[in-house]
Amino acid sequence: MKVLVAVKRVVDFNVKVRVKADGTGVETANVKMSMNPFDEIGVEEAVRLKEGGKATEVIAVSLGPTQCQETIRTALAMGADRGIHVQTDVELQPLAVAKLLKAVVDKEQPQLCILGKQAIDDDANQTGQMLAALLSWSQATFASKLVINGDGTANVTREVDGGLETIQAKLPLVMTTDLRLNEPRYASLPNIMKAKKKPIEQLTPEALGVDPAPRLKTLKVVEPPKRKAGVKVKSVAELVDKLRNEAKVI
Amino acid sequence: MPTYTAPLDDMRFVLFELLGADKLAELPGFGDATQDVVEAVLEEAGKFAANELQPINHSGDEEGCHYENGTVTTPKGFKEAYAKFIEGGWTGLPCDPEFGGQGLPKVVNFAVEEMICSANLSFGMYPGLSNGAYNALALHGTSEQKATYLPKLVAGTWSGTMCLTEPHCGTDLGLIKTRAEPDADGSYKITGTKIFISAGEHDLTDNIVHLVLARLPDAPAGIRGISLFVCPKFIPNTSGEAGPRNAVRCGSIEHKMGIKASATCVMNFDGATAWLVGQPNKGMSAMFTMMNAARLAVGMQGLGIAEAAYQGAVMYAKDRLQMRALSGAKFPDKPADPIIVHPDVRRMLLTMRALTEGCRAVSYWVGMELDISRHHPDEKRRQEADDLVALLTPVVKAFLTDHGFHAANLGVQVFGGHGYIREWGMEQLVRDARITQIYEGTNGIQGLDLVGRKLSLGMGRLLRRFFHPVGAYLEAAAEKPEMVEFALPSMKAFAKLQQATAWLAQAGLKNPEEAGAAATDYLRLFALVALAYMWCRMAEIALRKQAGEKAPFYEAKLVCARFFMTRLLPETNTLFATLTSGSQTLMALPAEAF
Ligand SMILES: Cc1cc2nc3c(=O)[nH]c(=O)nc-3n(C[C@H](O)[C@H](O)[C@H](O)COP(=O)(O)OP(=O)(O)OC[C@H]3O[C@@H](n4cnc5c(N)ncnc54)[C@H](O)[C@@H]3O)c2cc1C
Repeated sequence: MKVLVAVKRVVDFNVKVRVKADGTGVETANVKMSMNPFDEIGVEEAVRLKEGGKATEVIAVSLGPTQCQETIRTALAMGADRGIHVQTDVELQPLAVAKLLKAVVDKEQPQLCILGKQAIDDDANQTGQMLAALLSWSQATFASKLVINGDGTANVTREVDGGLETIQAKLPLVMTTDLRLNEPRYASLPNIMKAKKKPIEQLTPEALGVDPAPRLKTLKVVEPPKRKAGVKVKSVAELVDKLRNEAKVI
Repeated sequence: MPTYTAPLDDMRFVLFELLGADKLAELPGFGDATQDVVEAVLEEAGKFAANELQPINHSGDEEGCHYENGTVTTPKGFKEAYAKFIEGGWTGLPCDPEFGGQGLPKVVNFAVEEMICSANLSFGMYPGLSNGAYNALALHGTSEQKATYLPKLVAGTWSGTMCLTEPHCGTDLGLIKTRAEPDADGSYKITGTKIFISAGEHDLTDNIVHLVLARLPDAPAGIRGISLFVCPKFIPNTSGEAGPRNAVRCGSIEHKMGIKASATCVMNFDGATAWLVGQPNKGMSAMFTMMNAARLAVGMQGLGIAEAAYQGAVMYAKDRLQMRALSGAKFPDKPADPIIVHPDVRRMLLTMRALTEGCRAVSYWVGMELDISRHHPDEKRRQEADDLVALLTPVVKAFLTDHGFHAANLGVQVFGGHGYIREWGMEQLVRDARITQIYEGTNGIQGLDLVGRKLSLGMGRLLRRFFHPVGAYLEAAAEKPEMVEFALPSMKAFAKLQQATAWLAQAGLKNPEEAGAAATDYLRLFALVALAYMWCRMAEIALRKQAGEKAPFYEAKLVCARFFMTRLLPETNTLFATLTSGSQTLMALPAEAF
């Protein structure tokens, strides 16, 4: 079974994000970029499937500018076998990503596609679902546990509002990861060195026959309003009063 | 509690913009060490240091190592962290691929060591000592010894030690008493007591490989009668795994000022089986070839501590509100200004930073030359590099560790009273840093090595490897108007160093005591000139790039360069004055008058 993992290059989670002066987006020049943490979890899961004898090959796919290759290298250093880079400088939105991934899936024919449940930059939480729809595959989102069964199905435990839900899904499957699925490993030194020698295939949206042009237009990006200082209440009674009459939450 | 973020931007700057480390990949054997690979390695090492090693630094200090009945337990979390460390293959970074290593350049290992030591100096001792043992065996072991020990040391499943010190001798190893009696089968039986043996006993690995200095029965007295032996805790069996227990045991561990999570052991050898490494009676020279590497590694410990102290201090200085800026409130909406507005706090922060960044540049430069000395195809270039490394090794060891301690102290000062309180973690850095000035040859001994050995080697050949390029560079730099503010003070300091060297040569001829009296000041003067040279070159790059994308980085470099030139480099004047005052005042008082 081939496993395809999508990896997105995003602003590193440690960076304090700043809005650009002209309000068109967030500042990304000279900002540390890393793999989307949910995608790291995806790579880890795929590599574990391979180590556990369930997967034969792990392919890491990234879409975007040249620097996305660094993100693919990170996945290769964690244990993915090869990479695919769809090169484009166009702003990519979830639908375009889903279409591009579909084209790659058609080409590679994996049985399992793992995506993060969302990317920490735009928090869209759409791509996996769209991809499943475009492929007409099963989908299992917000996975916190994955078991591949011998009979062409997989049991996926999902984190839902009420707790945990376990579903059985037919392969081929699109799965999106949640935080508790696993704890991604550190890339080992030998694997970092090996990653350099693993192949990364270069593709373009044109070659895949996909028009990635954005459909949504960002009007304005602004900083969230500053939080106002809190007040100290003198008694429980006062707290209850404020909650009831000022905040109107009880 | 201070957090740590690996200073990857500065490391990249020093490696690739200042030193041209991307060229290392062109050297035979370093084909894999391309810039992208090195950057990926540093990034991952930085993550490991920050996320796995730093979190157990303070707890390791509080808990310390425990001794019971010959066994030593490391503090909570060390075993797990070490297991992850070797699983990641980090122990093999600079080692020969023939034995399972990655064969990456030493300078890359320097950077990784710096990060490990910033995060957790005690932890770094265990792989550090193993690397020392690896070097000794790789350079002097028989092919059988190499095949037995090196793959295990590279994999980190076995660790190493260096057993030199005895109760009555540390600096003067000629006094060593530990004996080695030959056995019929070609092995030896070692008997004696070694003290202060780092990583002598612990619970991290399956076996411990001791490299021991001892005396053969017919050995001449003194330093020329010392031989080197390999003495494993468990004797390897025919399949190469740890076999029968050897008669070397840990008698106790020391209770000490710092690096409390590093076991410092009394090791008793009671007829322990061992094998000769290298030639009989040539143990000291065998030891010295690896000791140079170890001294540089201790220098990196100093640098690591300094960086950690700086990061802690900066975080606190931006956060702690106390008094108003002298020029008027800078944060009127807050009850007081953060202490980073105060000139004296800035003096401390900038002193830490300018010296730390300067030390990083000098030590990585030496690391690069170390790689060139081993891998360059041109013999002449190899020799030049080797000379420079030999010359600057004592400078790196002593100056970086002095700086580490000094920076840790400044870190405490920036924290005020909270710096003195254990839970903030700043006083630990002071205690941990203190040992680096003592082991691997005290810093006083480093001064003697520089003045007594390195200056005179090859009629000053080593010195010329430094003086010529530095002199030529500074002269050329002084011609460029924008470089004058950096080149001029550096030239003055360099002239002082040249004068001091000439003075030393003359005075030392008349009275050997003069060299000893001048050594420590001379080494410091030397180091400051080496830093000045590096700061000039860094400033030159920053001037060129300050208008570009990463302007704030280069602007900060220039500010630090100016701070170094105007506020730190003038110390060279004092050093010159004190050292040329001669030994007279030092030697005048008879011992009984003290
Ligand atoms: C925590 C810790 C870990 C250690 N780890 C190891 C280890 O793993 N293996 C090992 O073998 N040893 C180890 N040591 C020992 C260490 O290397 C020695 O302590 C050090 O070399 C100094 O030796 P000494 O303590 O005998 O001091 P001494 O040699 O007695 O020196 C005392 C003072 O006299 C000065 N001095 C001595 N001779 C001269 C001279 N000729 N000229 C000028 N000044 C001189 C010294 O600079 C020093 O200031 C460790 C020590 C400690 C505390």
